Amino acid sequence: VGVKHTVDYNIKVKVKDGKVAKDVKHSMNPFCEIATEAAMKLKEAGVVTEIVAVTIGNAKAAESLTKAMAMGADRSVHVVGEQAEIDGLETLQVAKVFAKLHEELQGDIYFMGKQAIDDDQCHVPQMVSALLNIPQGTFAAGLKVADDKSSIEVTREVDDGSQTLSMKLPAVVSCDLRLNTPRFATLPNIMKAKKKPIDKKKLSEMGIDLTPRVEVVECAQPVERQGGGKVADVD
Amino acid sequence: MKRSAVNVAKRWCSGGMCLELSEDQMMIQDLARKFSKEIIIPAAAELDRTGAYPHELFKQAWETGLANPHIPSEYGGPGLSNLDSVIITEELAYGCTGVTTALEANGLASAPVLVAGTDEQKKNFLGRLTEEPLKAAYCVTEPGAGSDVQGLKTKAVRKGDEWVVSGSKMWITNGGVANWFFVLANSDEGFVGFVVDADSPGITVGRKEINMGQKCSDTRGITFDEVVIPNSQVLGKPGQGFKVAMKAFDKTRPPVAMGAVGLARRAYEEAVAYSKERKTFGKAICENQAISFMLADMLMGIDAGRFLVYRAALEADAGRPNTHFASMAKCFCADHANKVAADAVQIFGGNGFNSEYPVEKLMRDAKIYQIYEGTSQIQRMIISRWLLSQDY
Repeated sequence: VGVKHTVDYNIKVKVKDGKVAKDVKHSMNPFCEIATEAAMKLKEAGVVTEIVAVTIGNAKAAESLTKAMAMGADRSVHVVGEQAEIDGLETLQVAKVFAKLHEELQGDIYFMGKQAIDDDQCHVPQMVSALLNIPQGTFAAGLKVADDKSSIEVTREVDDGSQTLSMKLPAVVSCDLRLNTPRFATLPNIMKAKKKPIDKKKLSEMGIDLTPRVEVVECAQPVERQGGGKVADVD
Repeated sequence: MKRSAVNVAKRWCSGGMCLELSEDQMMIQDLARKFSKEIIIPAAAELDRTGAYPHELFKQAWETGLANPHIPSEYGGPGLSNLDSVIITEELAYGCTGVTTALEANGLASAPVLVAGTDEQKKNFLGRLTEEPLKAAYCVTEPGAGSDVQGLKTKAVRKGDEWVVSGSKMWITNGGVANWFFVLANSDEGFVGFVVDADSPGITVGRKEINMGQKCSDTRGITFDEVVIPNSQVLGKPGQGFKVAMKAFDKTRPPVAMGAVGLARRAYEEAVAYSKERKTFGKAICENQAISFMLADMLMGIDAGRFLVYRAALEADAGRPNTHFASMAKCFCADHANKVAADAVQIFGGNGFNSEYPVEKLMRDAKIYQIYEGTSQIQRMIISRWLLSQDY
């Protein structure tokens, strides 16, 4: 399960000097919580035997891994980068990290949130699928693993309704709002989570090309909403 | 408990005082805050309207690990320190103090068992609370004896291997839903504290009292009519009962005080938000000093009260006597919460008096904090007695 440690959804983000102020409360991306819950449901149904939570971020991102393990993930992988490295990380490179981890993890299903609420890019699941040449079921609102565990059926939310696709495993599934309601991490599980193993890897030592492909031209707060005005008539 | 005392020492001693919560405590706080926001707050207004006991919420809190924080792990509990527990209480109380009181009543009943119970008694009675979401109650107050605990009239008479207890208790929180009670009675050998099953013959539970606030909490009169209690269910020794009952308060007053802080913080946050939105005389009302000064006063007392509670909790965790700290915390936070709630209603103006807005409930809920768990007057007696006994 890919989880991202993002700005907490309650925080009102401010732009300072052309950069988003980052020293605010962070927590697990809400869609990543849904992804973790999806994995947990499969584990409880006996379909999945092991859940590995993965994050790419600074040292503090480990908090989201602890959260995932408190929800039931068995172990974690933390790809650690310096703050500057993380700030400059683009979605393509993130996807490359997952692709590289696949060599070791050999996951059958890669669960991710459909997008992160800080940048809303909605790129990574699709890119991982392309890089690994495996199928993708994005915006999942429902899913069912086949009895022989060779394929998965994903019901996707699309603009004009929903669409169900069947795809062979391994596959990438990105989770949308209506897939489930994430469980509370109970207090005993939070305490147990601290004893579960986290495998740390250095981003710079993974042999991935991190050169940026995108240039940020401008970063500004959205225009302040102006009050409405009354018009004489609708014509 | 030993583990927490070591952590306390580390926090206090390395580099002096540390006012930050540990990473663990922040996780606990986050969990409790989330639970309060997503589960308690949506249910609170309806519970207040109906006065129905929050069984479902209690169960969910229990399943999430937020109930019975003080019960040690050897009896199946989370084994949290006093400091950890009060952090939870503040967040739950922010949501609804009625629900919080229903949960806290377990803490109050358990405290004498933790203070004076044998391992057997703890396994039996505390174990029940951790195995299932059961409730317990602390049965001391009587119609004729609230502050004057020594004046209680419930009598316990020793009969061989058993005791026979008769009397009436009043204002017992969780009285109608408890699986067991801690009862204090007087005898020829002095005060005796017992644990007794709620379904024992001779126990009659009265009707649910309709109170001003914390309406979903269950308060009742309980009558004991020749109730037989085995000697094995006496806590400590006969004659020690009063001390046991009072020592319990050292552990339970800090969480109760923190409940008042949680309520005050809620009232304050609601008032701040409202004062920014409400416009009169061409501007937001918070731009008037009369209002913003009220908010400043609220915040000062909330922060100060919180630290008084932390202090009382830390002293208890360190194993030092904390009686007057607990009293200071309880008295200050209760009194301040009432002022904050009343001022919040004032800031809301006409809307504040109305049940569609959240603050009138807070004002009604706040009052009891000055009364139960030791009235603000009793707390002042305890504090003044202590301070006069010190050499300055």
